[in-house]
Amino acid sequence: MRIGDAKQSYEADEAIWTSSTQKFWFAVFLLVLAVFPFVADAYLLYIGCLVGIAVISTTGLNILTGFTGLISLGQAGFMGVGGYTVAWFSLHTALPFPLTLLLAGLLTAAVGILVGLPSLRVKGLYLAIATLAASVFLHFIFAEWQAVTGGMGGLSLPPAHLFGLTFQSDFEMYFIIVPLAVVMVLAAKNVFRTRTGRAFIAIRDRDISAEILGINLLRYKLMSFALSSFYAGVAGGLFAYFYRVVTPESFPLSLSIFYLAAVIVGGMGNLLGGILGAAFMTLIPEMLNLLTATLTPFYPNAPVFMSPMLGIIFGALIVGFLIFEPNGLGEIWQRVRRFFRLWPFRN
Amino acid sequence: MDWLFFGEISLAGLAMGGLYGLIGLGFVIIYKATRVINFAIGEIMMFAAYLFLAFAGGMEMSPWVALPLAVLGGSVLGGVIEKVMIRPMLGESSISVVMVTIGLASILVGLVELGWGADPQLLPEFLPRKPVFLGELYLAPKIAYGFLIGATLLLVYLLYFRFSRGGVALRATASDQAAAYSMGINVRRVFNLAWVFGSLAASLAGVLVAATGGLSPQFGAVGLSVLVVVIVGGLDSILGALIAGLFIGWLETVAGAYLGGQYRMPATFAVLAVILVLRPYGLFGTHEIERV
Repeated sequence: MRIGDAKQSYEADEAIWTSSTQKFWFAVFLLVLAVFPFVADAYLLYIGCLVGIAVISTTGLNILTGFTGLISLGQAGFMGVGGYTVAWFSLHTALPFPLTLLLAGLLTAAVGILVGLPSLRVKGLYLAIATLAASVFLHFIFAEWQAVTGGMGGLSLPPAHLFGLTFQSDFEMYFIIVPLAVVMVLAAKNVFRTRTGRAFIAIRDRDISAEILGINLLRYKLMSFALSSFYAGVAGGLFAYFYRVVTPESFPLSLSIFYLAAVIVGGMGNLLGGILGAAFMTLIPEMLNLLTATLTPFYPNAPVFMSPMLGIIFGALIVGFLIFEPNGLGEIWQRVRRFFRLWPFRN
Repeated sequence: MDWLFFGEISLAGLAMGGLYGLIGLGFVIIYKATRVINFAIGEIMMFAAYLFLAFAGGMEMSPWVALPLAVLGGSVLGGVIEKVMIRPMLGESSISVVMVTIGLASILVGLVELGWGADPQLLPEFLPRKPVFLGELYLAPKIAYGFLIGATLLLVYLLYFRFSRGGVALRATASDQAAAYSMGINVRRVFNLAWVFGSLAASLAGVLVAATGGLSPQFGAVGLSVLVVVIVGGLDSILGALIAGLFIGWLETVAGAYLGGQYRMPATFAVLAVILVLRPYGLFGTHEIERV
């Protein structure tokens, strides 16, 4: 049971770390992340990088869908913009990776603002369909604008580099992806301690009330789109550096649904939940792979069932979480914490 | 410009559009009664088409027995979905309900792939093969007869909603749930029936579309075209779904024929984008979107 944590100022109340225990555990978590690449094998490293990319993209979508209440089916398209930007700049210039990623983020943010413009006119499901239309157009551009995107064949790009160092293996990429993921999640956390972040939440909770409170709806909705797309663009850029190839098929509609599912499974409007959701959704295919590998000696047909089973499990998770646990993994996490905090007075 | 070619392409597109109209009708029925946007409608079509494949191909039934059975199967599926997945979501935000239907679509694709494999399949031929001519214009028989069957069901539906007791109950529920309930209409049952009828229309259209173009687990992507149809027509307008269905079917086919297959989706989605900006409630829909 934790006692004596009465808050005496607003600053203390909205601080990210409210107790030394939390700081301690966060330090332990960072230490684990830092040590992880030195002890993990190649496969775990690969998964670690994938989770990192997924965390950035999910956090971005969470800002838009979870915190501002604007549902988007365009996340994969935005990631594609980021991926192609990084690929193009890596092929045509000698810019180091922080700059290409920044450019990817900014360009995607610009595209995000463009896509967000209809949010002036429509909202809710209509907006979702507008973003769906945007992703159809983006996919079309990726596939047809031969001169820049390389058409259906896509682009292969050189590895990321900075000050003469190149980042090629999963081990090296880990040190780009994971620190960036930590920084970007913390940045998102901080956004929601400012006026901007609170405006997003106010819009989600009731847009008319928000407008009466003096929040310029169009401006803040577009800001939310821009911020969310920035995250998607960076995630897409990392995706490009990680796989070193981008094609139109790298960013299908199902990827948008994947991230929406990660936000829902994690818990909408909950950054920690988003992280859990991203990790969970990334791990499911890998666990299924593992299961298939163990089953193959007994059932030689097992690999054939792998991909359909994945679709069924994804769908069932989305439906199941929405019906039975609408607040997602983040809520489950809170419940576990509450148990320990109140122990032994309540059990 | 070759007007004969244009005429034939247009005719094929309109016939296809008639089927889109039928699917759009299924979509609109569900939306009107329950206010649920059903992203899984393409997958329900696909499921019924695979059922037809199983009955007619696998069990070697006569196609004219298999067709009603498959359509029945699709309708039952719709009813079960409503009971198991949509009913518990009553009162939740519309975004959550949409996500449930997206999850459902993913489940159905997985199930179909598990049962029939991922490869494209051809449905057994069951429509007459004699070429159809309208004046000078040739129309592929599959498309022509598919259109005829679809149009018949459409007509039955329109008459049913206009004159029967069930149709009136459905329209009453759509216009005011509380009033309908207080007049003794079993609103829960209407919700369920709306899903059954909506899925029935989608199932028949599914078998007919699959009969012309083949069937694969990606077949549900037709649902995206239908989404465009109902948004353009207006989500709650049956007339809108029919007209927009014809138009979108025509546009898609013409764009595909003149510009190339990769232009089909962008062409229809461009119309969608214009409609969303200019008339978000669609051409014939009720003006109820708040602009904030």
